[in-house]
Amino acid sequence: MTLTEKILARASGKPWVRPGDNVWVNVDVLMTHDVCGPGTIGVFKREFGKNAKVWDRKKVVIIPDHYIFTADAMSNRNVDILREFANEQGLEYFYDVIDDPKGQWRFDTAKGNGVRQFGGRYSGVCHSSLAQKGHNRPGEVLFGTDSHTCQSGAFNQFATGIGNTDAGFILGTGKLLIKVPETMRFFFEGALPRGVMGKDVILHLIGEIGFDGATYRAMQFEGPGVSSLSMDDRMTVTNMAIEAGGKNGIFTCDQKTLDYVNARVAANGTKNTFEPVEPDADQKVIYDKTFDLSKLEPTVACHPDPGQRKLAKELGNIKLDRAYIGSCTGGKTSDFLAFAEVVKGKSVKIDTFGVPSTTEVLNDLKATKWDGQSVWDILASAGVRLTENPGCAACLGGPADTFGRVNTAGIKCISATNRNFPGRMGHKEAQVFLASPATVAASALTGKITDPREFLC
Amino acid sequence: MAKTITSKVFVVQDNIDTDQIIPAHYLNLIPTIPEEYAKLGSYAMAGLPDDQYPTKFVPEGQVKTPYGIIIAGRNFGCGSSREHAPIALGAAGVEAVVAESFARIFFRNSVATGELYPFDTPERLCESVKTGDEATLDLDHDTLTVNGKTYQLKPLGDVRPVIDAGGLFNYARKSGMIASAQ
Repeated sequence: MTLTEKILARASGKPWVRPGDNVWVNVDVLMTHDVCGPGTIGVFKREFGKNAKVWDRKKVVIIPDHYIFTADAMSNRNVDILREFANEQGLEYFYDVIDDPKGQWRFDTAKGNGVRQFGGRYSGVCHSSLAQKGHNRPGEVLFGTDSHTCQSGAFNQFATGIGNTDAGFILGTGKLLIKVPETMRFFFEGALPRGVMGKDVILHLIGEIGFDGATYRAMQFEGPGVSSLSMDDRMTVTNMAIEAGGKNGIFTCDQKTLDYVNARVAANGTKNTFEPVEPDADQKVIYDKTFDLSKLEPTVACHPDPGQRKLAKELGNIKLDRAYIGSCTGGKTSDFLAFAEVVKGKSVKIDTFGVPSTTEVLNDLKATKWDGQSVWDILASAGVRLTENPGCAACLGGPADTFGRVNTAGIKCISATNRNFPGRMGHKEAQVFLASPATVAASALTGKITDPREFLC
Repeated sequence: MAKTITSKVFVVQDNIDTDQIIPAHYLNLIPTIPEEYAKLGSYAMAGLPDDQYPTKFVPEGQVKTPYGIIIAGRNFGCGSSREHAPIALGAAGVEAVVAESFARIFFRNSVATGELYPFDTPERLCESVKTGDEATLDLDHDTLTVNGKTYQLKPLGDVRPVIDAGGLFNYARKSGMIASAQ
């Protein structure tokens, strides 16, 4: 069996499963957020009754992150609905924006978006938070009401996105009926050269198989090249499995996985038992291709979908108006460090926005010093407009007052985020080019799409 | 029970993602609240670029669409997992989408909510059929008839009774899989 088949067999209490089998799986973690949480809660109450209790209060993780730092009253209300539900159900893992469990969240427009407006429990983007707060464990099954839930597959876990109705069903029963996907195997050899990141790997692969090349399928990443990838790089790769239509993306487990997970579950006091899975030697896959990571180059997905693959060095004629670094895909600490390495001591030429994925990333950027200066200050000195409020921000547009949102037609934006269909970052007549944080940084310096290796020695 | 749907069609191309079906800034609406459900319908397909789609899916000043069937190319509903997408279409009055292929989560959400019938068509129809053409969808024979031609669609199979019942929960109750709400 493949990694996905092994996990689904275990979760459904069967000795083995085959692609196409429909199985009821027991859920280890259900994650929801402020955009789909209120609707999921609505389904749960409508279907199981207003006094119903969730199946396991330690397995439900609620992470407000999408529309938080906005004056939009309905978005603020949605965070309050999550809080009320977390209190009523006694949920252990609710990463609230404010500290007062009886309070109401209202964004203070007078303070603005630059300075911190969150309390001690807040974390930020859900997928990054699941990892940092010790909710990702090898061999487990995780569902989330967000398509990028597949990111958790970096930790040798089956993870996929679902809608409110399925999530409401899980809240009440702890189970979900799913079809076992066929597996596509991506076998990695070599190590990434300087200036090339996890983002380039996944943009290359999506270009290879097409924007729907993995529809209904599992993307399995294995081979000797895996060990050279950091956990951050692996998260970037699995995060975008959905951009090829994938049901899930999943890595094999190694010492790096175990070190990361053990440290996180210990630091947060979350469940610390788990059992990784390995692929069988006779596993059956429907696609099998080897990729030499050392041959990859900085890659860009052009407007209007993530499958429009080009090399950054071929696109020097595309003039840009804006650059953006942030999100689950491109707003991690390592992403900002790669960005800062390129812009350090220089000035950006176009409007450039930076949004840390989580509060931990924010703290890292302020604490990490290069030649006595914090990375945060290095970015600010280069002219990057930063917010201290981590979250999804303009990756998915959001309310009109969202930090970094593209509100003007015709804008061309290069972004470290994950999706570039029309309207994704705001205006439906804007264009988004997806690239690695290093490529976004180099392009911000020149005002056109630029290979970051021009700035790295 | 014999079932057919006859309606004007709205035609779109490949890769219509969930942002084009329901733009992200409307996700502050909660689908289980009836007024907000209706509002979601009024914004259905509001994210389509105007230059490519000059005909409004929901006419100005109205909350429903005159197009009960959508004809699409490949990968309809790709992108986010937002259930607001099939819900917005259903709330606007769409009963079926006939596409060359669907993104997985959109397909699943269409079935789970029972909002619409997602039919796969082996033949690409989005070039030959025009917005405003009248079509009849025969759910019992899995065919679409438009402009005098009848096309065989891929049968819905096990998912049809779930949508007929009005979604996952209604189906599960009807078939005795789960108990009634308290």
